[in-house]
Amino acid sequence: MQLLPLNEAIAAHVRDGDSVALEGFTHLIPFAAGHELIRQRRRALHLIRMTPDLIYDQLIGMGCAVRLTFSWGGNPGVGSLHRLRDAVERQWPQPLALTEFTHAQLALAYSAGASGMSCGLMPRHAETGLEHLPGTPLRMVRCPYTDAPLTAVPAINPDVTILHAQQIDAEGNVLIRGIVGAAREAALAARRVLVTVEERVERLQADLNAVVLPSWLISAASVVPGGAYPSYAQGYYARDNRFYLAWDEIARERAGFTAWMERHVLGVPDHAALLRTLGVAA
Amino acid sequence: MSAPGYSPDEIMTVTAARQLVNGAVCFVGIGLPSAACNLARTTHAPDLVLIYESGTVGTRPRVLPLSIGDGELAETATCVVPLPEIFAHYLQRGRVDVGFLGAAQIDRFGNLNSTVIGEYAVPKVRLPGAGGAPEIATYAREVLVVMKQTPRSFVPRLDFLTSCGYLSGSGARAASGSPGAGPRAVITDLGVLRPNPETEELELAALYPGISVAAVRAATGWPLKLAAHVESLPAPEPADLAALRELEARTREAHARPIRISVRN
Repeated sequence: MQLLPLNEAIAAHVRDGDSVALEGFTHLIPFAAGHELIRQRRRALHLIRMTPDLIYDQLIGMGCAVRLTFSWGGNPGVGSLHRLRDAVERQWPQPLALTEFTHAQLALAYSAGASGMSCGLMPRHAETGLEHLPGTPLRMVRCPYTDAPLTAVPAINPDVTILHAQQIDAEGNVLIRGIVGAAREAALAARRVLVTVEERVERLQADLNAVVLPSWLISAASVVPGGAYPSYAQGYYARDNRFYLAWDEIARERAGFTAWMERHVLGVPDHAALLRTLGVAA
Repeated sequence: MSAPGYSPDEIMTVTAARQLVNGAVCFVGIGLPSAACNLARTTHAPDLVLIYESGTVGTRPRVLPLSIGDGELAETATCVVPLPEIFAHYLQRGRVDVGFLGAAQIDRFGNLNSTVIGEYAVPKVRLPGAGGAPEIATYAREVLVVMKQTPRSFVPRLDFLTSCGYLSGSGARAASGSPGAGPRAVITDLGVLRPNPETEELELAALYPGISVAAVRAATGWPLKLAAHVESLPAPEPADLAALRELEARTREAHARPIRISVRN
């Protein structure tokens, strides 16, 4: 594990054309790292995430992605992701290929990837159009013991998984508290793991069964206070639901979106500066 | 007709809440289902067990979450489990009594579309997609659907089948091996539809005050049949309305609170 400034960590570990999973289910979404991908103008990424959320809306709208693997692509409680829709409906700024799963299937794909399995198995759904999409990687198989129909979901092994977490200790071990989503599975499935954290502490105050990623699983880590904003970090700051509501208008039109990104992401050197421009930094 | 003293959303939420039996384990979606479940929990069903797909089990939020993963849900939960566990060990294993779903389109057999309007490859409207809905529709012992009723959403034919209701009806769902019983009720802003016991086609089973059968038929994209008995539902209880409005006021206040982050380095 190397402790690096975020721009150096991204420069060293994420390449054009990589498959990249920025995970964190509503909670601990690595916004700062996503913005750094945009600043460094990464291209042709295959983005993987259960809930693309605002950060993938931004990456897609800024032309960083050619493929999206996902299971639910909306602005939670608000509505559409307008940049994702524009890419799918009108190929702007470029076409975006989709691989689409259910939440349970994508969580299983990460688990399979983390286990070194080629696929994960689940009972076959009654019927859903997702299993009949052209090009779907889902396959129907039979249980060798009961002959019951099963759905096989291919493992996902991202080139890079990027997470945000609360704390890193002096040895480089990382603690995730609260809603953990499929963060651990996505990290263990990846070839490289980047982590941003709220703060560095001498020792983690972690329960014995806490979600801790040992330092030797992590490629690089960066201390980025507020790194999940406008998502949240349990114990540090709450989700900025006002921003999620405001994004609906910001991202609705191409010009407004581009202007916002130029001012708040491309126009600032780092995340602390972004938080200052948004009036969130204290 | 004079104003009824409640909004269509309010009577829909109160009616949905009243479908929930105390002690049931509910898998809750965001928006109206979440409002209905929390209203039920603060009124007639204090022991309702709420599970959100973010892995929060037995959560008792004081305000309604905007997303399925707000911090409030984790802080007030019995436990918070990883996603593979909530879907496999709780939902798929059959530990959920009631699943609560909405969608962009529903057909006469309660099948749901939340994926696309138009062709999948060249959609007119790309909707958010499946999320946890197909598994909730399959594994919850029973499903409640909450949707506003319009001819655009209650359609003769789905543009895409995301989650199954009764498939083609008359036992097709059970024959497909689906463990859950399917949609028990569809609660709309006009009344309640329920499946016919034989054909499993949705029929009008209850009407809100001041709503006519003709109005419901006009809002349905297929020739809607009537149940053997169409119940006339009363206006929401004042206590239920007051509890819902309190919950929503607390929520508005909480969501308007500015976020401040200390940027030390």
